[in-house]
Amino acid sequence: MKPSPFTYHRPGTIDEAVEMLGALGATGKVLAGGQSLVPLMSMRLAAPEHLVDINHVAGLDRVEVEERTVRVGATVRHRDVELHDGAHAAIPLIRQALVHVAHPTIRNRGTTVGSLVHADPAAEMPAVLVLLDGSVELRSSRGTRSVPAAEFFVGPMESSTTADELAVAATFARPPHGSGTAFHELARRHGDYAMCGVGAVVTTDGDNAVTAARAALISVGAGPVLVDLAGAVTGSGGGFQEAAVRDLLDAQIDPEDDIHASAEYRRHLAHVLTARVLDEAYAAAVVTRRGEEVA
Amino acid sequence: MTREALVPVAFRVNGSPRQLEVPARRLLSDALRHDLRLTGTHVGCEHGVCGACTVLVDGRPVRSCLVFAVSLEGSEITTVEGCCNAEGGMGPVQQAFQDCHGLQCGFCTPGFITTITAYIDENPDPSEVEAREAISGNLCRCTGYQNIVAAVQRAAELRASTSPTGGPGSTGGPGSTGGSGAIGGAGT
Repeated sequence: MKPSPFTYHRPGTIDEAVEMLGALGATGKVLAGGQSLVPLMSMRLAAPEHLVDINHVAGLDRVEVEERTVRVGATVRHRDVELHDGAHAAIPLIRQALVHVAHPTIRNRGTTVGSLVHADPAAEMPAVLVLLDGSVELRSSRGTRSVPAAEFFVGPMESSTTADELAVAATFARPPHGSGTAFHELARRHGDYAMCGVGAVVTTDGDNAVTAARAALISVGAGPVLVDLAGAVTGSGGGFQEAAVRDLLDAQIDPEDDIHASAEYRRHLAHVLTARVLDEAYAAAVVTRRGEEVA
Repeated sequence: MTREALVPVAFRVNGSPRQLEVPARRLLSDALRHDLRLTGTHVGCEHGVCGACTVLVDGRPVRSCLVFAVSLEGSEITTVEGCCNAEGGMGPVQQAFQDCHGLQCGFCTPGFITTITAYIDENPDPSEVEAREAISGNLCRCTGYQNIVAAVQRAAELRASTSPTGGPGSTGGPGSTGGSGAIGGAGT
């Protein structure tokens, strides 16, 4: 249970880090929080020849809350995002999801951007990025590009980040006025990987009728699975047709059997948890809209 | 085979400056135990699940088996050996573990002591539910957790009764036998 030897690099600036990654190519890997990478290395499932430690790179440790977005730098710990009141006020879904990420002790070290790049299909934050139409900012010696969430997650444990690129930040977009959100998951043990997890954003108009509803599911596909549920809104606009929600989900999710749960059980969880988050998100939307009108 | 290159790193451990030259792959848990001979930090699963190796990095609980020592340049690290009171006797969390019989074999205890030390700073008056949540990332195979949950709340009481007035350790207790004998601090 010890990692294999590697050469360690500790850049102080983004430019230095990007230059190193460019020179190292496929032999290099970025070390941020390391809460996924270090155990993979200890189990010898990963053995990078070079690690570029970005923990001492200046300017990557900020959470920036803007009018329409929350931008999270590459070395910001999950826990700092979770406890950030400005980020929570702007986008409650971020904290709603983060409390499900492992244990607080892991969140103290693990980074949100690192979790996105790691692209585990069971991870919560990729689902949040997809649900909020977020993007990841990638820097290399070739320049900077911003990759929308829909294109960022390529497959299980695979993002569109290339070997010479450093993910410097992720940007989450605030949902439209009159929206509510919720996130729930079920795991065998508290803090363990979810057998299924679902986040939802429900948007309402002035009559409390649903105008948009989307869910993102984890652990039931190759990556976060985004499902548009607007087609399942009831005629009166205040609720969802259960059977229609199930059909829309079943058309998109592709759960697999493993030692933790059967595919059928995961599908069942997807149905139940989605119904639950839709109800909660709708209730939150109504409350939020009332609050906004009073203010 | 060529000898593995050593990387210099400097950080503080329990208040003392430490400088090491270690292979880049040296885990903090191994740097503490093998290089610094601070064997109070226990290594259980070595992949971040059990919590036995938990130490505080800049005041926050972190799995020492999930960080490379070289990555902690400039950090302030607190191990179970640093969770004692000002006189080197048992700190409030260690005292609470004795009061509540919060350990049996003691292997997991250092991870609980560090985790709870940070937690009661954050939440000085935890409910039973909060106490359970606080220790949910640490595994104990002996106690069944009941007495550890009680110890979290007892530690918060001891902290409250000692910190504002009398200073650490004013509750006394028979356990003030010095740092190396403090609960969870004995090496294995």
